[in-house]
Amino acid sequence: MTPVPKSQPIPSSAERVSSGRYSGWRLFLEGVTGQRGWSHAWTKAAPRPRYRVVIVGGGGHGLATAYYLAAEYGISDVAVLEKGPVGLGNVGRNTTIIRSNYFLPDNVRFYEYSLKLWERLERTLNFNVMVSQRGTLNLFHTEAQRDLYTRRANMMRLLGVDAKALSRAAVKALVPLVDLDNGRYPVLGGFLQPRGGTVRHDAVAWGYARAASAAGVDIIEHCEVTGIGRDGRRVTGVDTTRGQIAADTVCLAVAGHSSQLAAMAGLTLPIETHVLQAFVSEAIKPVLDVVVTYGAGHFYVSQSDKGGLVFGGAIDGYNTYGQRGTLPIAQEVAMEAMTLMPGLARVKVLRQWGGVMDMSMDGSPIISKTPLDGLILNAGWCYGGFKAIPAGGMTTAHLIARDLAHPLAAHLDLERFAAGRTVDERGAGPFPYAH
Amino acid sequence: MLRIRCPWCGERDETEFRYRGDANLSRPAADAGLAAFTAYTYQRDNPRGWHLEWWLHVGGCRQLLKIVRHTVSHEIASVGRPEDQLPLPKEPGR
Repeated sequence: MTPVPKSQPIPSSAERVSSGRYSGWRLFLEGVTGQRGWSHAWTKAAPRPRYRVVIVGGGGHGLATAYYLAAEYGISDVAVLEKGPVGLGNVGRNTTIIRSNYFLPDNVRFYEYSLKLWERLERTLNFNVMVSQRGTLNLFHTEAQRDLYTRRANMMRLLGVDAKALSRAAVKALVPLVDLDNGRYPVLGGFLQPRGGTVRHDAVAWGYARAASAAGVDIIEHCEVTGIGRDGRRVTGVDTTRGQIAADTVCLAVAGHSSQLAAMAGLTLPIETHVLQAFVSEAIKPVLDVVVTYGAGHFYVSQSDKGGLVFGGAIDGYNTYGQRGTLPIAQEVAMEAMTLMPGLARVKVLRQWGGVMDMSMDGSPIISKTPLDGLILNAGWCYGGFKAIPAGGMTTAHLIARDLAHPLAAHLDLERFAAGRTVDERGAGPFPYAH
Repeated sequence: MLRIRCPWCGERDETEFRYRGDANLSRPAADAGLAAFTAYTYQRDNPRGWHLEWWLHVGGCRQLLKIVRHTVSHEIASVGRPEDQLPLPKEPGR
């Protein structure tokens, strides 16, 4: 556990900081008065002995759940417990892509709801999370793949979601970097979701933390949960490195470590933990203004506003809690980049990192009650948790506040595995390393 | 890069192998009931530490291997044949 830094005294919950409303006018005003009016964006709260709701995990889903509980469902007696500082887990380790191009109708509806929440998130949170709907383009390389993508795009359009087929010429016009005529995997065309895109991931954590804090939620950093208290089949609270905290409801939002936390309550989950790597190149001039995914392997790339190419590929493929990633996948990703965009050959990779994720048994997340009363699960996000943050937060808050699954997330319950209604988008079966 | 000492082929790169999951599971008896089969099919201990797992030497002898590997350091404590009983090390590992 990281010790609490001594240089920064932590104000008690009573001294709640307010960073005021952010606006263009405020920016101007601060600019001419020496930038002295800014304060911390959220209160560094100390834990109280009891809360109505304790959320374990101050990542995207935990913070969003807390925010929507306070703002949409009127429950602000909420604490978010984070082991380290906010924003250093998977919410700061992903490749920032948002999209709703799924095939299964329940998934399309859920991720489309998320995309709609992203589209107005800046107004909702009064925070510039830099939502950029630059489009996500999926390339296909065989006729069978074209048919598969067409089927998915048709399903999306039936459900009112945008999807557009692009010819080879249209792909080339949109992304000149793509080598259409690769000898082994020529590009035959692509499908574009124009409303897909990217979001500044750090800002999502900060924006939700600030808005939740302003709505009365205690955000408690450097507070690691070491045990989950039980009274028979009822969860009573958590033991932490900063003392015991009692709660009516405990929500686990610790993707990557859900199995570890659930084990503290005596539960075994349909989850394996795997690592996914991501890479950023040195900053180069603007060359790519859409998100592109390669269809003949597992590779996706976008260009950040700073100019770095942000890209990644498949998971390493075996259980691990090591947040680093290994070289065989790095090599594979580099080979795929070269196959798709040979023009990038001399661009240098600046940084590489790994994030550990809950790979669920059917490749879909879990937003659910558990066999224990008062224990709620937000888990199993595989490598798609970032885009789902707004919808995941809203539907988890709904489940906590109403004690009833949100209609858009009812299919994501834990019971589905025993009941035989798994949500297997890829049809890969109960093998997490295959999703 | 893991280096895996295959009992049949000797030490090889991890790229020759494919991970095949938790090797602690055993198929329940046919009449064991839904809960037992659900656990066998879907539930995993997913430990942070030593893990007994299956690997397939797909780019070599195509034999199934049992491996004890640490899920944080990736250190491999032992490699065996499918019928071998491989105990987990007592020490927590790096």
